[in-house]
Amino acid sequence: MSSVSPFKIAVGMSSCNIAAGSQNVYNRLHAAAAAGTVDAELSIMGCLGFCHAEPQIRVTDAAGKQFLYMAVNPAKLNKIIADHLRNGTPVAQWIADDSRPDFVQLTGKQHRIILGNCGKINPESLNAYLVAGGYQALEKVLKTMSPADVCETVIASGLRGRGGAGFPTGLKWKFALKELNEKKYVICNADEGDPGAFMDRTTLESDPFAVLEGITIQAFATGANEGYIYCRAEYPLAIRRLKMAIADAGARGYLGKNILSTDFSFELHIQEGAGAFVCGEETALMASIEGQRGMPRLRPPFPAQSGLFGKPTTINNVETLAGVPWIIRNGAEAYSAIGTEKSKGTKVFALAGKIKRSGLIEVPMGISLAEIIEEIGGGTGTKRPVKAVQMGGPSGGCIPAELFASTHIDYDELMRTGAIMGSGGMIVLDDTTCMVDVARYFLDFTQHESCGKCTFCRIGTKRMLEILTRICDGDGRPEDIAELEELSVKVKDTSLCGLGQTAPNPVQTTLRYFRHEYEEHIHDKKCRAGKCKNLCGFEITDQCTGCTVCAKQCPVNAIAGAPKKQHVINQELCIHCGVCRDVCNFEAVKVI
Amino acid sequence: MANCRCDIEKKVAKLIKQIGSDPALAIPLLQAVQNEFRFIPKKAIEYIAAHTDMTETQLYGAATFYSQFRLEPVGEVIIKVCHGTACHVGGAPGLTEALETRLGIKDGETTADGKYTLSSVACVGCCSLAPVVMVDEAAHAKLDRKSAAALIDNLEKKPRAKARSAKNE
Repeated sequence: MSSVSPFKIAVGMSSCNIAAGSQNVYNRLHAAAAAGTVDAELSIMGCLGFCHAEPQIRVTDAAGKQFLYMAVNPAKLNKIIADHLRNGTPVAQWIADDSRPDFVQLTGKQHRIILGNCGKINPESLNAYLVAGGYQALEKVLKTMSPADVCETVIASGLRGRGGAGFPTGLKWKFALKELNEKKYVICNADEGDPGAFMDRTTLESDPFAVLEGITIQAFATGANEGYIYCRAEYPLAIRRLKMAIADAGARGYLGKNILSTDFSFELHIQEGAGAFVCGEETALMASIEGQRGMPRLRPPFPAQSGLFGKPTTINNVETLAGVPWIIRNGAEAYSAIGTEKSKGTKVFALAGKIKRSGLIEVPMGISLAEIIEEIGGGTGTKRPVKAVQMGGPSGGCIPAELFASTHIDYDELMRTGAIMGSGGMIVLDDTTCMVDVARYFLDFTQHESCGKCTFCRIGTKRMLEILTRICDGDGRPEDIAELEELSVKVKDTSLCGLGQTAPNPVQTTLRYFRHEYEEHIHDKKCRAGKCKNLCGFEITDQCTGCTVCAKQCPVNAIAGAPKKQHVINQELCIHCGVCRDVCNFEAVKVI
Repeated sequence: MANCRCDIEKKVAKLIKQIGSDPALAIPLLQAVQNEFRFIPKKAIEYIAAHTDMTETQLYGAATFYSQFRLEPVGEVIIKVCHGTACHVGGAPGLTEALETRLGIKDGETTADGKYTLSSVACVGCCSLAPVVMVDEAAHAKLDRKSAAALIDNLEKKPRAKARSAKNE
């Protein structure tokens, strides 16, 4: 056996890859390598964002050519080992590259700056990060720039906060830099509370050093020497990798005292969140680090003047910070050349829901929703049409499919539709989604997560939820829509923080674009999507081929029928769960 | 699973030494306590308040505000059904119903034999694999009502000691 392995294999080890079975793939390759069946150097990589086709492995041969295999199940792994790793013949039909039109559709319009290293390097290796250009930006900052220079560069780039608020990052840093105070803090908000959003999780798991480099630059630029990464506890792998990265960076002089042999020192801590969505709001987050209940407070004073423990503090999102090293290395002009007039650079989105190719994407600002959903995402992937897209989580709104071609990713343009850019959650909905139920779902969430301080947020969201629940249960009243609209305005106007101020958004946008569904629920007692159990039923049509799949899946055995004969639903037993429609491949189940 | 008072106090004293006693450290300290005991015993809060600058008010305030903290013991295995947006749209309510039926308890409760706790969580961040159920720290993807109930069947096949060691990882 030669001393240099002919193959290097990197196995995707991010939470999504692992949930799809990559630990098993890794273990089997490890066992094969140990037994001498396979001659390869095994390592790990993060997530490429192709979450619809995991686990993934990348095989690099002795000549340096790379082969990306997607959706590697045990049977596929056996063949890859036998054909490629033992006999040197790549399994062409499973390799994802530009020769495949679907791969080109998926990747062609993406532009990876923030996710540049994700899925390409070993996230647990500082060396791998350095080889990929890591810490060159910090070196440039510490050795050739002043804090004011860094702020001006970030201002010139046009970078806006990626947590959702879109405030100009460089400006925020400049405000803090101006404060005359010996003690200042920086915080990275890695709380990522929006359900359906996993941009930050992926970045932290796949390229933690980029976030460390970003926050270190943030500290230098604002005059801070201590910082926190506040990461939600529901991300144990991200926390583990961050702790490793902090220890390694500290040991090699990229964190701690006298970084890179300069007189700049920066101490970084990790604080785990404890399950409160409201702690994604900056003042609640700071209260949490101070050991208190996460209740927001009035601003002014803004954190840049008086923040953590009363000291000047700047808080930035993971995605914002992960993009800073690129801006420093490549220059503000290179960054501002991408995007639109007021929304520069790229944005990472977590595409999920009724979409063929779900996962993480990074696109230039200015791209249209149609290009994202129909091209990159591949549409629903089923015969069902796309109905709408939900953006911005519980603070966001739903945009109907008719507007996809004419709506572009831009902070201001999205706000005009009634939705928001948000942190990046993008859930695609089809005609089996009830828009009233979507509004109810989000109100249920915000009601639960409201800290309770403000009367209208605490009680107003509860009343709105009660109304929406009654409508979905079939008890809607004619005055309900007007009351929802009135409460929406009042909750927005009188809430102290973003949670209350945006909680009515899902209701307002669904009323704006899907009012007919509310009216059908209230007046016709009908749910056209087949979701609200008391307002719909199901019937099998003559398109039924008698495949028996629905009968087997029915949780109450309400479907009868002989194979190859049209099946029938016993309406007395039917609980209207809709599973039969979900599993039917012949569109033979209709909503009645 | 009962811990005697002195046992709790000894362990909590060790945690205070590890984490610190500054009031700002209330949440990391409560997290460490919960990690140790799988919930936050009343005696732990009393001990911390008596031996640091933290007050019982501050500690109870935090323990009741943050949803991560449990003031009651939980089952050996925690089954978490994700109710994030993608999972909701993918059928999460049906999974919770199926698991409630299979376990004979309601969401949020623990089985009488102390084996399983069923809970709903907001989002675990594996949206491409919706709907997801976490069994302790392992994520199970793309489930339906039948396969969700089958998770319990599979767990029942494992000997009790194994379930405990999986929990301790």
